[in-house]
Amino acid sequence: MDLMEKNLELVEIQKLEGHTDRVWSVAWNPVSSQADGVSPILASCSGDNTVRIWEQSSLSRSWTCKTVLEETHTRTVRSCAWSPSGQLLATASFDGTTGIWKNYGSEFDCISTLEGHENEVKSVSWNASGSHLATCSRDKSVWIWEVLEGNEYDCAAVLTGHTQDVKMVQWHPTMDVLFSCSYDNTIKVWWSEDDDGEYQCVQTLGESNNGHSSTVWSISFNAAGDKMVTCSDDLTLKIWGTDIARMQSGEDYAPWIHLCTLSGYHDRTIYSAHWSRDDIIASGAGDNAIRLFVDSKVDSVDGPSYNLLLKKNKAHENDVNSVQWSPGEGNRLLASASDDGMVKIWQLATKP
Amino acid sequence: MTLGLINANPVVQAKKEGLVRREDQYRDDGVDPLEMTKYVRDIRDPEHPYTLEQLRVVSEESVTVDDKLDRILITFTPTIQHCSMANIIGLCLRAKLKECLQLHYKVDIRVSPGSHADEVSVNKQLNDKERVVAALENPNLRQLVDECIYSDEI
Repeated sequence: MDLMEKNLELVEIQKLEGHTDRVWSVAWNPVSSQADGVSPILASCSGDNTVRIWEQSSLSRSWTCKTVLEETHTRTVRSCAWSPSGQLLATASFDGTTGIWKNYGSEFDCISTLEGHENEVKSVSWNASGSHLATCSRDKSVWIWEVLEGNEYDCAAVLTGHTQDVKMVQWHPTMDVLFSCSYDNTIKVWWSEDDDGEYQCVQTLGESNNGHSSTVWSISFNAAGDKMVTCSDDLTLKIWGTDIARMQSGEDYAPWIHLCTLSGYHDRTIYSAHWSRDDIIASGAGDNAIRLFVDSKVDSVDGPSYNLLLKKNKAHENDVNSVQWSPGEGNRLLASASDDGMVKIWQLATKP
Repeated sequence: MTLGLINANPVVQAKKEGLVRREDQYRDDGVDPLEMTKYVRDIRDPEHPYTLEQLRVVSEESVTVDDKLDRILITFTPTIQHCSMANIIGLCLRAKLKECLQLHYKVDIRVSPGSHADEVSVNKQLNDKERVVAALENPNLRQLVDECIYSDEI
């Protein structure tokens, strides 16, 4: 199926209103957004210090706010992430803490608060098995937390190396390798060689590796985990790849290399990029637009290249801070969050 | 925060009365650089009891408007090359404009080229939206910024 040949458009399904300040991030519940007969659930977090949980009604097909997680964080909630089981939601806040909320269906309870960072926590990510969490902060460090019995969380590692504010952390989709990106313009890869919990920075992707020349805001992996896309204040998206088989065989670390740079498409900071299960990369930027890119599938010695599939101008009335594809198969739903205080649900569909 | 003033002897100029409007073509709903200058010129310097205009930190030339792209560039000139107040001044500019401007304008703030020893790093911090938001959520910084931007009302 060649996406470029189809006449596709991004259709706005619904605008979710409720937050009283900018919305920084959205996260789809990995379980309920995929299972049959279960309504998709989306979390959004905001400068109003709250997290909202949105659910799509199976009857009316419309989205409503199921619950508001409030009175816990005392400052902006910058990002949120569901555990792989969908049972827990972690929330990273400028108040320096990371909240862990248990999902009781119609209610959420804050069961734990992770403290330790010296200032604003920017991002949180669960590993594939849900056994560990990672957080990062303006204090330049990345923390790894182990999930223990009885709602207990233990700090397993404090990783230093970035020389500036760390913007996002993201675990690899299948392996316990952690990635972080920063205001110091680099992406760092953290790995525990002997699997003993001793994580080291095994690679730094900087300008000398064809890396970014300004703040890197986010990282996203393809489903196979052999490619990742990063986006930056330098107005480019970069595609990186690795020999995943070599990495999975556990013999040694397979380095990531730069495959492709998408430049000339954005003229304001790109805050978010997300790689869908069917290989469409969405970007959200400071020009209020959402762009979609696909692999051009042109065989070249220079490696892969990507084409702009479509650009949705004025997707929001202000900066788009986050874009996330729904994990569900086949529905091609995209959620976006903006400085305009809105969350929007989009569908990528063929033009009538 | 240092104990002594960063610049104990700033050069002060008289406040300009009645800025003359130029005969340029601006959209009815567009932003006039002169209007913008009016909003920022009375911001009080964080260190001295003078306005940014009096200290020549901002002037009519500070504001550039791109009406097609709805973008505004503000450049300001710190009084000395190693001014550690540059970030505070930048925050004051952003905070003041946030109140005055319609939401859809994109604002970039920079120190005027060659006016600061750490030009690149100051510019980067002033234009990192997340850093600006976090700084303005800090009660101490917020108080200092409020004192500077509301000084004419105190």
